[in-house]
Amino acid sequence: MVNLWRAIRFTVVFAILLGALYPLAVSGIGNLLFPYQAKGSMVQLNGQTVGSKLIAQQVTAPGLFHPRPSAVDYAANGSGGSNLGPTNPALVKEVQQNLQVVEKQDPGTPPSKIPPDMVESSASGLDPDISVQDALIQIPRIAKATGLSQAYLKSIVNGNAQGPALGIWGNTVVNVMQLNVAIEQRLRK
Amino acid sequence: MTFEGIMQILSVIAIIFAIGIPLGGYMYRVYTGRRSWLEPVFVPTERFFYRLVGVNPAAQMDWRAYLKPILLVSFVVMMFAYAMWRLMGHLPLNPDGNKSMPPELAFNTAASFITTTNWQNYGGETGMTYLGQLAAIVVQFVAPALGMVAAVAFLRGLANDRSSNVGNFWVDFIKTFTRILIPICLVSAIVLVGLGVPDTFLGAAKVHTLQGAVQTISRGPVAAQVPIMQLGNNGGGWFNANLSHPLADPTALTDVIELVLMGVGPTAFLVMFGHFIRSRKWTAIFYVFIGGMLVAGTMVIYASESAGNPILHHVLGVTGPNMEGKEVRFGIPLSSLFVAVTAGTDTGAVNAMHDSLTPLGGLVPMANMMLMVVLGGEGVGLLSIIMFLIITVFLSGLMVGRTPEIFGKKIESREIKLAVLAMLSSPVTLLIPTAIAVMTKTGVSSMENPGLHGFSEVLYAFTSMTFNNGSAFGGLGGNTPFFNLVGGVVMLLGRYISMIAMLAIAGSLAMKPRIPVSAGTLKTDTFTFGWIWVAVVVIVGALTFFPALAIGPIAEQIQMVSGHLSQ
Repeated sequence: MVNLWRAIRFTVVFAILLGALYPLAVSGIGNLLFPYQAKGSMVQLNGQTVGSKLIAQQVTAPGLFHPRPSAVDYAANGSGGSNLGPTNPALVKEVQQNLQVVEKQDPGTPPSKIPPDMVESSASGLDPDISVQDALIQIPRIAKATGLSQAYLKSIVNGNAQGPALGIWGNTVVNVMQLNVAIEQRLRK
Repeated sequence: MTFEGIMQILSVIAIIFAIGIPLGGYMYRVYTGRRSWLEPVFVPTERFFYRLVGVNPAAQMDWRAYLKPILLVSFVVMMFAYAMWRLMGHLPLNPDGNKSMPPELAFNTAASFITTTNWQNYGGETGMTYLGQLAAIVVQFVAPALGMVAAVAFLRGLANDRSSNVGNFWVDFIKTFTRILIPICLVSAIVLVGLGVPDTFLGAAKVHTLQGAVQTISRGPVAAQVPIMQLGNNGGGWFNANLSHPLADPTALTDVIELVLMGVGPTAFLVMFGHFIRSRKWTAIFYVFIGGMLVAGTMVIYASESAGNPILHHVLGVTGPNMEGKEVRFGIPLSSLFVAVTAGTDTGAVNAMHDSLTPLGGLVPMANMMLMVVLGGEGVGLLSIIMFLIITVFLSGLMVGRTPEIFGKKIESREIKLAVLAMLSSPVTLLIPTAIAVMTKTGVSSMENPGLHGFSEVLYAFTSMTFNNGSAFGGLGGNTPFFNLVGGVVMLLGRYISMIAMLAIAGSLAMKPRIPVSAGTLKTDTFTFGWIWVAVVVIVGALTFFPALAIGPIAEQIQMVSGHLSQ
């Protein structure tokens, strides 16, 4: 009995410590030191919050870069992947549809040259990045729709490309939000 | 596969095993009551907690007295979590207006969190309020701490010479928070905020996107949870997509940090084990063989995922690695490593969707869980490693006709029976529910993928729950009364049967005299014996689980290579 009473007292004390004081400490220090990151890396354009740098959003306009396919329609309040297995006919259908979209919007690249990440759904459904190869394939379409030169678009892709962390870990990727904000700002000038 | 990719994998594994050395030394000093330079802060804090909880820090406990509060704290904290999740919809800190959980789901989730499984039959964004998430954080601290102190009590039992005292539960338990878990988590959480993981009590952000559509972006005090979900080998995340979600794991660097947090607890326990029995050799043997198994498994995943899906190549002409269910910022090497480590350490956090892995890529995490010794969870993993050691000593003792003994203690019938009980409980709680699920309508209707892959989903689910992992082939619709109730029971049995059996072994070893090494002693701290240990682990695992794996991932791999789709 005495141990049960102790277990209850422990639960009350440590629920306050670990469920209130600890998270408040993290939140307090985090917001003090890194207010932008702590609130979710929200991006402003002309004084309007247009999204998070870290969250993909649906972009279908021909004049902007498109993110990777999402199995959850870019629902940032319901993340997830397709969970389709490798031998599931639905996977082939899904990739085929994504491939047809790319071939229609960005004609001229044979399927073998299209990177798989461009036609296969991400894990979170909210992958904010695309591979450089993916970005380069989209450039002719964006140039045509916006009138911006291909050389300029290539320069913003290269300028925003993030190499591996500490030169070792991960891939070289480009953040779609940063690219699109750069395009919007250039067009408004 | 590329050289750079292999180096990405090996470098992170090297960091995990390297940090385990100083961390394990530090933890040994914590649990043996050595002073640290922060003693002036720790001592009054801990005294304050002893008084609040009402414990006598000078009391000594035998294994039964140590086990009792482990079970009682588990029970009370589980009830606390259950109550919070049943009521959270009506309680404050619910900016997104989410609902309480129904009874079976709350039971499943409470069983899941108290066992460090963190199997989640809900999506975090809509299935939890902020208060519910904070309650989850409390359980994510408490549950691994219980496993850690159980292992510490076991190690004291090993080191004892005819003394039943395995320490004071409350002192070990409270020190685990004040000196190990909270400091590491606090620092890691702040670093993660700096690298992009949000931590805010503002609700979801409603934004008008570049195209003018409305997007609701869930967020919350995420950074407070990520370190303990990893360090405690819990794995339950804030978001449905777990650590593949870019707000939980925004860059390759945060991914490496989260990988290291997930691996260092188990490696530190291997080191602490060596300190307790005064033999660095044992730590070295385990480092080599367990590290080797981890690297081997990771390379299989990496090779298989890099090769991609031949069906997509034949039908659509798409060539390259399998990127379905993966994030580009991590790439194939870090995703493969994460799969292997999260399975091996029984964490269950994911940075890629396991359901969409190639069959071989999905086979390795199942095998890493089934073998039980590829690091294992913090504390409890070490208990499984030693359980296999006891069985190995017994088998090799039989083969050469010597009395089995290890660490200077005779292994007798009681220890063997308990070790075999711990070993055999998992196949029962894994295979029988899997068989029931595939024979019943309710089980089959939860499968998302057709054919062999559907079977793999169920097999993976009960493997994950039995070994308190928590990762899933996520297509499986687990939020049904069958999976919630049976799964909850499986998770509880998976954790407590082996924990109780191992503590009982500790109690009986503690009372035995230490026998000096003689010419008749079977030398066990050798790499040769390490090979036998690996062989026993693999043979036992293969004999138990190979038939099930053959029907699932192995057959599906053959099907995929031959280019046939399921119907």
